[in-house]
Amino acid sequence: MKKAATRGATLRHTEPAPLVLPRLRSPLVFGMLALVLVGLATRSIYLGWIDNEFLQSQGSARHSRELELPAHRGRIVDRFGEALALSTPVKSLWAFPDKFVAPPEAMAELARILDTTPQKLRARLDANEDFAFLARQIAPEAAARAMALRIRGLHDQNEYRRYYPGGEVTAHIIGFTGDQDAGQEGIELSQQPWLAGVPGSRRVIINRRSEAVEDVAAVKPPQAGRDLALAIDTRLQYLAFRELKAAVELHKAKAGGVVILDVATGEILALANWPTYNPNRRDKVARERMRNRALTDVFEPGSTLKPFTIAAALDAGKVRPDTIIQTAPGTLTIGAHTIHDAHAEGALTVAQVIQKSSNVGAAKIALGLPPETLWTMFSEAGFGTTPKTGFPGEVGGRLRAARTWKPIEQATMSYGHGISVNLVQLARAYTMFATDGEVKQATLFKTEGHVAGRQALRPETARSVRAMLEAATQPGGTAPKAQVVGYRVAGKTGTAHKLEGRGYTNKYISSFVGFAPVSNPRLVVAVMIDEPSAGQYYGGAVAAPVFSNVTGAALRALGVPTDAPVNNVILPPDTVEIREET
Amino acid sequence: MTRINLFLLALLLVCALSLVTSRHQSRRLFVELERAQAAARNYDTEHGQLQLEQSTWGMPARIEKVARDTLRMQLPTSARTEVVGLTPRLEATR
Repeated sequence: MKKAATRGATLRHTEPAPLVLPRLRSPLVFGMLALVLVGLATRSIYLGWIDNEFLQSQGSARHSRELELPAHRGRIVDRFGEALALSTPVKSLWAFPDKFVAPPEAMAELARILDTTPQKLRARLDANEDFAFLARQIAPEAAARAMALRIRGLHDQNEYRRYYPGGEVTAHIIGFTGDQDAGQEGIELSQQPWLAGVPGSRRVIINRRSEAVEDVAAVKPPQAGRDLALAIDTRLQYLAFRELKAAVELHKAKAGGVVILDVATGEILALANWPTYNPNRRDKVARERMRNRALTDVFEPGSTLKPFTIAAALDAGKVRPDTIIQTAPGTLTIGAHTIHDAHAEGALTVAQVIQKSSNVGAAKIALGLPPETLWTMFSEAGFGTTPKTGFPGEVGGRLRAARTWKPIEQATMSYGHGISVNLVQLARAYTMFATDGEVKQATLFKTEGHVAGRQALRPETARSVRAMLEAATQPGGTAPKAQVVGYRVAGKTGTAHKLEGRGYTNKYISSFVGFAPVSNPRLVVAVMIDEPSAGQYYGGAVAAPVFSNVTGAALRALGVPTDAPVNNVILPPDTVEIREET
Repeated sequence: MTRINLFLLALLLVCALSLVTSRHQSRRLFVELERAQAAARNYDTEHGQLQLEQSTWGMPARIEKVARDTLRMQLPTSARTEVVGLTPRLEATR
């Protein structure tokens, strides 16, 4: 105890004297610390409440993610549900060239997957220093294999690619889409709002393996585009296309078109155009080939319009089918103009005017009518107004007001000059003869059941014109080559001089419009061949055989019962050719 | 008083543990749902591709090309077509 006390005394002795601090030192240090504290507090308040966006977004970027929910574009299908346009997911591979690092063997493997060479890939990377696509719209499996190489700086992105299985056969009707899956032509363009999908989105929390673990906000569901059913029958479309192509090549023509209408509903079962293009590979296709001529181009139809003149006269009670019209000597002079028949005939009945396609006969009948009557007939037939089929850019042709007609114009219009129509209008107008006088609305969209049309003719008139049109396809008429084995057909040829600039040229448009079977018409088929230049140019020689092939095959494909004996086709000898002009 | 507190503490512990379990359950189920949805998307993609394939193979243009080139078939012309009546009765009506 005593020992400890002694030691304590020793310690107390060595205790140092208290330090004397400078007077301002402690307030200074305190002040500085306080300043730092205030600074930190200000900064934290600033970052926490005022300028918080950056950190918030950085924070959420580390644990949550915005996922886009893709919505695919609706399909376009034919009347049986066969796809004519559909979108499937594909991937594109891209890279930042300056961050792209690939060992040679990985590069070689990548080139093999992408079906190219490492040199070409390298060239793509060197072309642009910011961004480069290495492959566009490739199959998802190929992209997955490429990504499995784990090349630094290689990325993939999801895209949709639109495919057109019908290719060049259905190209003009369907059209195509451009960037961002937006319709650019045809049905793809006009039905854009219906077909387009609206992508949705969702925000999720992710774990360290980048898997979504929880939704943090309300999911915005994607809205897929809706499917669209067209009236097109793929089989008939192909038949029409094949026969058209063969005819255009045979006659060395510039262009052509075939339209098939369903008489009961006015649906366009086939609409083929030549020239055409492949919508799946259209990088270097001229705009010219993309035009749907059957709807966007008009032409002077020529004689295919004569039945309407005759129908107007019959309907007005001015003539009867057996009324005699004197067409000799095959010319008719009105003022300074003279109308010619290609082949001079004598006295013809009204029925024979159609059968022989006499211009003089048609003109004489037309001149016996007030202009308004003829105008009303053409207008009721749908000429001069757009057919409203649902196709973008369709035209209505030209039909001038009746009070501006001069007699010569009324005469030429009776056989289809001085008036312009498109092929679909022409086909639609013929529905009035195929039915008992009803004109149906032509449509590209699938329609169910019977569709009522607009009555344009008295039923008796329609029936007598139908008989005349049937006679035109029989020996003695202008189009015996339009006949079909096993079916009765009716129709009218047209051979029109083309109008270029201010005058008519020696180029022709050959056409044929008809329907079958006559006992109960099911189809209207219109054929137009532009500038046949291999010698033959009469509608009966150029367009009628196309009609015959298309109609026969179409009726058999649809299983329409035959209404004629199988030996019904009687072709006159080749030397006897009934000619017509216009 | 102590007894009630102990009881509440036990209750709290049970609640806390069940929260943890259900939270875990929900995450697990969510991941499962995610996988199922991804699988559904893949099937959807595949369906689209199969539809495309079916449409492409089934196009009349291709069928005719194969028939002509590979199978060496020809379209019968009307001159080479013989139409026979279905029954004598039908023929008689014509």
